[in-house]
Amino acid sequence: MAVLNEEQTMLRDSARDWVREKAPVGAFRRMRDTAAPLGYDPAAFAEMAQMGWAGVVIPEAFGGSEFGYLSLGLVLEEMGRTLVASPLIASSLAAASALVMGGSETQKSEWLPKIAMGEAVATLAVDEGPRHDPLRTALKAEKTGAGYKLTGAKTFVLEGMAADLFIVAARTSGQPGEAKGITLFLVPADAKGLSREQRHLADSRGYAALNLDEVELGSNAVLGEADNGADLLEKTLDRARVGLAAEMLGMSVQAFETTLDYLKTRVQFGQTIGSFQALQHRAAKMFTELELTRSCVEAALTAIDNDAADTPQAVALAKAAAGDTLHLVSREMVQMHGGIGMTDAHDAGLYMKRARALEATYGSTAWHRDRWGRMAGY
Amino acid sequence: MPDFGGEPEAFRVEAREWLAENFPPSMKNVDLAMTVDAPTGDAKLWKERMGAKGWGTPTWPKVYGGGGLTPAEARMLQQEMARIGARNPIGGMGVMMFGPTLLEYGSEEQKQRHIPPIVRGEIRWCQGYSEPGAGSDLAALQTKAEDKGDHFLVNGQKVWTSGAQYADWCFCLVRTDPNHKHEGISFVLFDMKTPGIEVRPIKLINGYSPFCETFLTDVKVPKENLVGPLNGGWTIGKRLLQHERNSLSGGGGSAGRFAAGKPLDQLAKEYVGVDEEGRVADPDLRTRIIRHQMETKAFMLTLMRAAAESKGNQGPSNATSIMKNAGSKVGQDRAELAVEIMGSQGLGWEGPGFEAAELEQVRNWLGGKATTIYGGSAEIQNNIIAKRILGLLDHQ
Ligand SMILES: Cc1cc2nc3c(=O)[nH]c(=O)nc-3n(C[C@H](O)[C@H](O)[C@H](O)COP(=O)(O)OP(=O)(O)OC[C@H]3O[C@@H](n4cnc5c(N)ncnc54)[C@H](O)[C@@H]3O)c2cc1C
Repeated sequence: MAVLNEEQTMLRDSARDWVREKAPVGAFRRMRDTAAPLGYDPAAFAEMAQMGWAGVVIPEAFGGSEFGYLSLGLVLEEMGRTLVASPLIASSLAAASALVMGGSETQKSEWLPKIAMGEAVATLAVDEGPRHDPLRTALKAEKTGAGYKLTGAKTFVLEGMAADLFIVAARTSGQPGEAKGITLFLVPADAKGLSREQRHLADSRGYAALNLDEVELGSNAVLGEADNGADLLEKTLDRARVGLAAEMLGMSVQAFETTLDYLKTRVQFGQTIGSFQALQHRAAKMFTELELTRSCVEAALTAIDNDAADTPQAVALAKAAAGDTLHLVSREMVQMHGGIGMTDAHDAGLYMKRARALEATYGSTAWHRDRWGRMAGY
Repeated sequence: MPDFGGEPEAFRVEAREWLAENFPPSMKNVDLAMTVDAPTGDAKLWKERMGAKGWGTPTWPKVYGGGGLTPAEARMLQQEMARIGARNPIGGMGVMMFGPTLLEYGSEEQKQRHIPPIVRGEIRWCQGYSEPGAGSDLAALQTKAEDKGDHFLVNGQKVWTSGAQYADWCFCLVRTDPNHKHEGISFVLFDMKTPGIEVRPIKLINGYSPFCETFLTDVKVPKENLVGPLNGGWTIGKRLLQHERNSLSGGGGSAGRFAAGKPLDQLAKEYVGVDEEGRVADPDLRTRIIRHQMETKAFMLTLMRAAAESKGNQGPSNATSIMKNAGSKVGQDRAELAVEIMGSQGLGWEGPGFEAAELEQVRNWLGGKATTIYGGSAEIQNNIIAKRILGLLDHQ
């Protein structure tokens, strides 16, 4: 565990208490079973925002606390434990980071205070296919007299059903596959020509497919620099990815602890199943992987806070490690619970489904391994 | 390929001719073995013809309506069916596990009564083994059967009973002697319509409800439905599990399902794209697909070798544990890879934006996690391999 300052310890503890009291896995299950249209419970998110969690990476001048990424990571880890669904990653982390790093004063003052208060939900609209590949951006932004006209589609947009603001990656020049020519735009959800449709994935969150049909925007809708948005996008995505990794770490810890409890209580052959070495060694292995993963996730969060040069490598490592560990632990959770682990009434399946969805978001484990290798010169 | 001599090849011709006449082309690649609703039209015709011919249970004795084929002939029939996309319409637990066990252990009357309807695919069986406290440690089962003269009175609870909500009959392990763990178990059969049986479906993580809790309250089971000797059910019950493992691992003709669906490399080329050489664009994924394909090949070769080496009809052995573990691993790996290849598109649950094959893949991936749990978990198979095959002892 990283050495935490007083603020961070308090933040983590309050998140932990809140989750225990207000958001056990049962809360997620209720949300799922009532098919909540946004893919999360807005009342719960309002409470989170009230506690300041939506503004952790936002400067004080814009209504946040600027506690930093490690701090937000601690909150996300606690949320991951019980599968809390909320726009913390999409809005309070990813979109907020993009605005903080790339926004004009006007853009920041328009959106950041609302995001920090949880009054507005913003999200990235990047991918156009089922596999993450930001450089393949093809959605077209044509220059018009007053600004731009956007036409194209985005898919699997996180919290896309709830979002008030989309940060859309579009192509102002160049070809799909090239970094040059990507521009980020702020597109309000009520923009004329924009429509969305829910995509129901196995993890029951609020994904959307977007369609942009000649959406007219002024030049002031450009976030950062026209044609040179790829860098800002990449830095923003890395912040989102490490948030996903923190959630995955929290999920892994909880999946492991629930399984460990079961190993200590389920009796077969007149003894607890945890007395069988075949299972003991696998529990030991999982615990080891969890320790390694925690190091990677904390290192990546710290790297962002320090604006370290090797942040992208640190993030790729964290996302890949968390992905592998979460798959391992969630699979073992089902297996070690036997028949009951296969039932919908048990939590194990919920972790396994969410694990796959997180893996596919913003770069799979394989994608990040490859990225890490490239950056390291392999 | 081993040489089967001249005579079986004559059988190949016979099988081919019979199939040409009797297989309705509309049934190509249609799997009826597990369907719940009564078939109609061509499906009904195909099932009736195979049932009457006994070729749905090709190696079962002719006297009970089976095909009476040798294993070599049965393999040829299977190959001929595969060649034209004909699936065996006769299936379920009666065919996979109960029938072969009853043929070994049942009385003459029991065989005459129960085998022919299984051969014709008329009666669906379910397996009343597991209980809340008796899963891997199956012999800890508590459902008790009291001797009441002409019948047993059965009370208790079974769980994870696959297909209990659709089943006509149940083969069930019950406790007839509380003082002996393994030697106090008996193997009985009962009609699921007997008063006192209540089944409650349980939903699985893939959203389907293929299994149930089964509550048994004062269920009267006639004495004639005891299979084998009183308190001798453990041996029979274990034998049945070997048949179960055998069919789960693809023995006895079900190997085809491991290759079901689009080949992974093709799927990957579609979803991931290709590099300049036309290979799967993601090198990390490509390596893992290759490894999996090779492992699948090794498994298929082992199935074929085991089939070729099995002489006569002595049935499955402890080695089925190896096959079950290898087969379930190959199946689970495949599903994981398929989901990964399809990215977010491979995680669709319902609604617009997904093709039927994509939605099915997700459910299969989740449902397939049961293959290392049922029929004896992977850990239990490893224990069997270590103890029964390798002679390794528990630590003393
Ligand atoms: C989809 C599905 C369908 C099923 N259908 C049927 C059916 O039709 N009829 C029926 O009777 N049952 C059925 N079962 C039940 C199945 O046989 C049991 O789930 C299985 O035997 C495991 O028992 P359990 O669930 O009690 O798990 P447990 O026995 O409690 O096992 C929990 C974990 O401990 C491990 N473990 C246990 N003992 C040992 C050991 N000695 N060494 C190492 N590890 C050990 C197990 O491998 C498992 O990982 C079905 C199960 C599923 C999932």
